Amino acid sequence: MIQNSKLLEMYRQMLTIRFFEEQVFELYGENLVPGTIHLYAGEEAVAVGVCANLRRDDYITSTHRGHGHCIAKGARLDKTMAEILGRKTGYCKGKGGSMHIADFSIGMLGATAVVGAGIPIATGAGLSVKLRSTDQVVVCFFGEGASNQGTFHEGLNLAAVWRLPVVFVCENNLYAMGTRQSRVMLVDNVADRAACYRIPGVVVDGNDVLAAYEATHEAVARARRGEGPTLLECKTYRLKGHSRFDPATYRPKKEVEEWLGKESIARFQTKLLEMSVLTEAEIQEIVQDVRHEVESATKFALDSPFPESYEALDDVYASEESAAQK
Amino acid sequence: MREVTIRDALREALREEMRRDKSVFLLGEDIGRYWGGAFGVTKGLAEEFGDERVRDTPISENAIIGVGVGAAITGMRPVAEIMFGDLTALAVDQICNQAAKIRYMFGGQVGVPLVIRTPFGAGVNIASHHSQSLEAWFMHTPGLFVAAPSTPYDAKGLLKTAIRGSNPVLFVEHKLLYPVKGLVPDEEYAVPFGVGEVKREGNDVTVVATLYMVHKALNAAEQLYKEGISAEVVDPRTLSPLDTKSIVESVKKTGRLVVVTEDCKTAGVSAEIAAVVAEEALDYLDAPIKRVAEPDTPIPFSPSMEKFVIPSETSIVQAVKKVVSKAN
Repeated sequence: MIQNSKLLEMYRQMLTIRFFEEQVFELYGENLVPGTIHLYAGEEAVAVGVCANLRRDDYITSTHRGHGHCIAKGARLDKTMAEILGRKTGYCKGKGGSMHIADFSIGMLGATAVVGAGIPIATGAGLSVKLRSTDQVVVCFFGEGASNQGTFHEGLNLAAVWRLPVVFVCENNLYAMGTRQSRVMLVDNVADRAACYRIPGVVVDGNDVLAAYEATHEAVARARRGEGPTLLECKTYRLKGHSRFDPATYRPKKEVEEWLGKESIARFQTKLLEMSVLTEAEIQEIVQDVRHEVESATKFALDSPFPESYEALDDVYASEESAAQK
Repeated sequence: MREVTIRDALREALREEMRRDKSVFLLGEDIGRYWGGAFGVTKGLAEEFGDERVRDTPISENAIIGVGVGAAITGMRPVAEIMFGDLTALAVDQICNQAAKIRYMFGGQVGVPLVIRTPFGAGVNIASHHSQSLEAWFMHTPGLFVAAPSTPYDAKGLLKTAIRGSNPVLFVEHKLLYPVKGLVPDEEYAVPFGVGEVKREGNDVTVVATLYMVHKALNAAEQLYKEGISAEVVDPRTLSPLDTKSIVESVKKTGRLVVVTEDCKTAGVSAEIAAVVAEEALDYLDAPIKRVAEPDTPIPFSPSMEKFVIPSETSIVQAVKKVVSKAN
């Protein structure tokens, strides 16, 4: 049984991600976000359900659609928002942006925008855990599109033969940009591929935060016991298109409506009300609170300076050798 | 001082660093107890440090480097071996997009102390997929260092610096150099990055050479000396960072430059070195810069053709004579 306080925390986190993403979307419309954005809205149950099982010293790797992973792992909203807005106070001092946020202080090993590239990196973090003999766990987030990359095969095979403590979490949102899964894969479930590596492959409703939590709980426990990796596939759906300018016309209306009916936050909220973990009044309170938090993070970001342009020259190399360079 | 081969010098560096620091470990294809590395560099290390720290991998180059990256950003110091330099192509995403960029794009939060050892170079008739010299690809990658030793002393000292540093390093070995002997000190030492070395002093012409070409350049210099031409041979030792200062200083002294590298001429290592001198010391040149490099082909198989495309001592001698013959 999950404690009520934990359930409330998960609910709150899901709202935080949703409001944060709505805010990013709005700021983008006001031309305050350089480049592009890939919103996590709609997939909150995965990041929150998965990360609720992790300790601060556990690791995650993330993707181009990574804001939700950061927040669920415990990243600060203000520094996340500042990074997305390209400010000096951002997590990466404005060098990474939306697609490259990292916070090594909480085990968030960074988002890579090369689809599937995080898989071997997460495997390496798992090897590091094993060689250092700690009981940390690594969660590797990626999409179903990444499961068609060679890195998926190479990484899962290695993690399996070396029995590394890695939970591979496939967020299957059905579309790789505009390409529907069925057009490029003959298997219905990415998790079916786990059989090739003789590791457990589990499919869960990725819009059910408790299902994601429970499945991860078991996978994380296996990993901590030294029993190796799990491939966990969470079926979910983007609320919006692939990136900012994508109206997602390739998704049939009926399908979109069907998935809207399975929207994760509303479902969890109903469940919490039924369980009497939450009251309508408390919902209002939490909503207000989270809105306020997102607002102040946004204010922090907007009030923050941009980096000086010459700071582009910093951080290419760690200093010890650059001293030898001159 | 002891005389050892480059193969032994590299192994000594690995062994000493593994003894010194538990976070150093090795991974690669057939580097363990059953083979000891395709060129024998890691022979005996699995026996001393165990299979966990001298780790055989499947044939998954991109994952070898990716795993190295993941381990490097979580407290370990992996030394990955890619069996042949040509196969780095399979791992270019992890080398160039991940290892080299992680520190930068994450705002300096973390270093990536990953060393990637790999042999480049032709000369043993193993054709296009096992012979190329691709150093320039990696010199062109900010965030990555490229070491290219030509002697046992440099190989051991540079590998130690690479392992102890916080930056990813592509550590180039030349497959013809493994059996080459030279002196290494008994005591502890390291060779810093970005510091080239004059391997032979001279006054008439500067010959900048890398890796195996250093030895060919030295032989050519000896021959030229007998003919009354004094060539200075400069070995940059690391291509990134590149010790432009030593090269420029030498050119200012001699007034002439020949660059000898085994990689393709176009946009190659020799192009970068020539460009640096053109930018910084053009006024000191008494003759046009001459490059001796691979003539922009893949490496052919048949011995006579392979020999034809690899810079030879004769071609170095000819190039030097050409620039020296130019009137002051």
